[in-house]
Amino acid sequence: MRLSEHIYRTISTIAGPLLFVQNVFSARIGEVVTIHTPDGRNMEAEVLEIEGDTVLIEAYGGTQGLDIERTSVSFTDAIKKVPLSSDIVGRIFNGSFEPKDGAPMFIPERLTPITGAPMNPSARARPADFIETGFSPIDGLNTLVRGQKLPVFSAAGLPSKEVVAAILRNSRLADSSKKFVVVFAALGLTFHEYAFYLKVLEDMKTGFVAFVNMADEPVMERLLAPRFALTVAEYLAFEKGMDILVIITDMTNYCDALREISTAREELPGRRGYPGYMYSDLASLYERAGRIYGKEGSVTMLPVVTMPEDDITHPIPDLTGYITEGQIVLSRELHQKGIFPPMDVLPSLSRLMQKGIGEGHTRADHRKVSNNLYKYYAKGRDLRRLEAIVGRDGMTKADILMLDFADAFERDFVGQGMTRRTVIETLDTGLALMRKFSLEVN
Amino acid sequence: MSVDLKGLKLYERVYVGHAMLTGEVVRIEKDRAVVQVYEDTRGLAASEPVKGVGRPLTVRLGPGLLGGMFDGLQRPLERLKAEMGPFITGSREIYALDYMKRWEFTPVLKNGDVVRPGQVIGTVQEGQFQHSMMSGPDESGTIARIAEGSISLDEPLGDYTDEREIPGCHEWPVRIARPFRRKFSPVEPLITGQRSIDFLFPLARGGTAIFPGGFGTGKTILEQSVAKFADVDIVVYVGCGERGNEMADMIAEFEELRDPWTKRPLRERTVLVVNTSNMPVAAREASIYTAVTMAEYYRDMGYHVLFLADSLSRWAEALREISASLEEMPGEEGYPTYLSSRLSGFMERAGVVETLSGKIGSLSMILSVSPPGGDFTEPVTQACLRTTGAFLMLDTSLAHRRHYPAINWFQSYSLYAGEVAVHYRKKISEEWDDMLVRCRQILQQEESLREVAEIVGAEGLQDADRLLMRTAERIRTDFLQQNAYSEDGFSPPEKTLALIKRIIADHDRAGGKLKEGMTLDEAIKAEDK
Repeated sequence: MRLSEHIYRTISTIAGPLLFVQNVFSARIGEVVTIHTPDGRNMEAEVLEIEGDTVLIEAYGGTQGLDIERTSVSFTDAIKKVPLSSDIVGRIFNGSFEPKDGAPMFIPERLTPITGAPMNPSARARPADFIETGFSPIDGLNTLVRGQKLPVFSAAGLPSKEVVAAILRNSRLADSSKKFVVVFAALGLTFHEYAFYLKVLEDMKTGFVAFVNMADEPVMERLLAPRFALTVAEYLAFEKGMDILVIITDMTNYCDALREISTAREELPGRRGYPGYMYSDLASLYERAGRIYGKEGSVTMLPVVTMPEDDITHPIPDLTGYITEGQIVLSRELHQKGIFPPMDVLPSLSRLMQKGIGEGHTRADHRKVSNNLYKYYAKGRDLRRLEAIVGRDGMTKADILMLDFADAFERDFVGQGMTRRTVIETLDTGLALMRKFSLEVN
Repeated sequence: MSVDLKGLKLYERVYVGHAMLTGEVVRIEKDRAVVQVYEDTRGLAASEPVKGVGRPLTVRLGPGLLGGMFDGLQRPLERLKAEMGPFITGSREIYALDYMKRWEFTPVLKNGDVVRPGQVIGTVQEGQFQHSMMSGPDESGTIARIAEGSISLDEPLGDYTDEREIPGCHEWPVRIARPFRRKFSPVEPLITGQRSIDFLFPLARGGTAIFPGGFGTGKTILEQSVAKFADVDIVVYVGCGERGNEMADMIAEFEELRDPWTKRPLRERTVLVVNTSNMPVAAREASIYTAVTMAEYYRDMGYHVLFLADSLSRWAEALREISASLEEMPGEEGYPTYLSSRLSGFMERAGVVETLSGKIGSLSMILSVSPPGGDFTEPVTQACLRTTGAFLMLDTSLAHRRHYPAINWFQSYSLYAGEVAVHYRKKISEEWDDMLVRCRQILQQEESLREVAEIVGAEGLQDADRLLMRTAERIRTDFLQQNAYSEDGFSPPEKTLALIKRIIADHDRAGGKLKEGMTLDEAIKAEDK
């Protein structure tokens, strides 16, 4: 512990967001540093590497206008911390945790390190409480449970923000009409999207906390904003007993920021130029969702990933899928057919669904209905290929029935529009559909 | 991280900084050593002290491991939780074994007996298992005094004539395979209760198998099903860089479920090593070694041990991250060039052996692999293929159709099929092989018919072919598919054989009726009656 603040004017190199400072006495890895720019601004930075008394620091903001003679650096002897207080609910911040809503900064109850600490696996409670999102393809076939992380895989031009907005409006916990408190992290958002989400958040009756990094704001903030959001979420969930829904949009911007910073640090690139540690880095965010034995609250996560070139094997959706407990995949084909929400249930998956459905959670026949709908729809989808080759006339009656079922399933079960369905309505819709085509439910 | 310190040994364990972070020496230069730290280095300063302990990274071996849950460095997670709360916040050394607990010790040797390395000195009862208290693999002497009755692990079991104590438990370096007398080829089957594995691609005790599959193909569920149902004595399961919620789910399930073979709670026969994806990367790299050493320890008592790791790719990625931070020259896709030799060295720790104490024990390995983008040409899958005895490929398109376990029946293979089939013929039925051949044929024929059907439509096929397609579908849905969440999650070989026999008998009967001149629809109707 140092008792005095040290200011250094010994910068030797500046490259992009990176600065080398020489002759530094006892810096720490991860220590917060303040850069005093020649025009009188103060900017935060973090210690990345220490080599003897030469220290490599990385600035969180833009480094334009820095020079070697007049720029100085002070070391704070503290690592990056997040201010926390119950007063945070209802506030909007930027990616540097400065109020964006015009009100003054709140007075923190305490400070917590931004990276959080890994949850002890033996302290985790298994997620099993059903969350009703109001969307049939999710509630019926890919059920979300409290403490789960379920990303939405979207593609350019698909209505991911409308889907997320509807989930925000409609989500309820099964046991009561209790609603979530939403923690919203927007990374690299355009103004158009920002205005849309802001309206949705303000219309919500329950509380929210937002961290907004706009498309033209510093890239480094994109790596910080989700960590602020999750630290706040953990605090509200596990200390204040709230159920938190964390929405992060768009994780693709996060990963691109990670790649940009990694390249600036001259690290070895991995697949498609993304750093080799991207899996561990993403896990350090996604794994913060969960529940703890003996605690009230929960952190449920719905990140949005835009698949570049609609490619689900691209490293970003690929690594995300390996960490998260399933995925909801939006399909361009369904969107073009005018179906909303355009969720393709075949590649979608919820890994924690089995524990959250059936007697005592939703309804006793849930598993049966869901398995049958899957089976028949998958069969119908398979037959579409055959139809493309031999034509409808060349097919058996039974096959034509399956084709019609698949169409009706997309139109009536998936394509519910903006209406909210309870899970009972969802299951009844599914049953009615199978009955209409006289399909066995077993 | 590099330190100016002489006298450190390669792979020696060190404590770093005031926070006493655990590390390992990974490179030595003339007056400098590079240390890999197993924990979060945030807050570490350049001038902090580093202390070597003179020994490599080891695990502690003794009674009390079964039913336990450890992190990648063998710290017991439950006691860690009791000390630090639900989050793992700092570094703390907690021993894996409970030194306060008392055990009832029954000696098998007496005063004046000569102890050779790895010999059983006595036993204690660990749950349902008789736990052999063995001398360390590098320890020997003549007994001068031996204890009997209630002991705790920090008390010696007695003394040797040269006044050395006989330790109650010992340590073993994780990166060195525990020694044995000799090794045998695997011939006995490892029954998993999964029809598609036991019947089509049987595994062997002492063998190795990999399950590669893209995300959502059910690797974890399959690994966990095998962990629950396999007919082995002891299971060591490593959650290596995987999801915390899944581990919580599994822990809860292991509390509830019972071993189908002994009807005892599953937890009693299981050791869990858990290093989730958000726990430190270096400890993830060490976790599979920590776990396999514990598995070898129980093998040395003459037990059949199954080692499962989910997922090996996360281990390889940890290796890659560490290699990159050491600025080593990267090989394919950034993985270090020693990836395949490390992997084969690791997988060779499996096998059937005669232990130092003359018992027969086996260590089988089932490892899941998560190829990026579901592409099996990637380096980790390819490196595994060189050593593994069975390759069970999990297929994304089957998984999308909710065909679980999504094992592809054309691409997968098992090198143990021949040896193990002999056993199934003898123990279950002579018909085992015939049924297997018939089942393979039907699936094969279906594949070629499917191509024809795509052109001419199912209507255009002959009745005999349509019957075959129908039977193949039954094989796929009623035989190969198994719902892990139902009673059917475990299928003993007798049930497996009965099921396939019934499907093929139905097929032959309907085929006979077709030959008599009935149409397919009539033949099916006659069957239903």
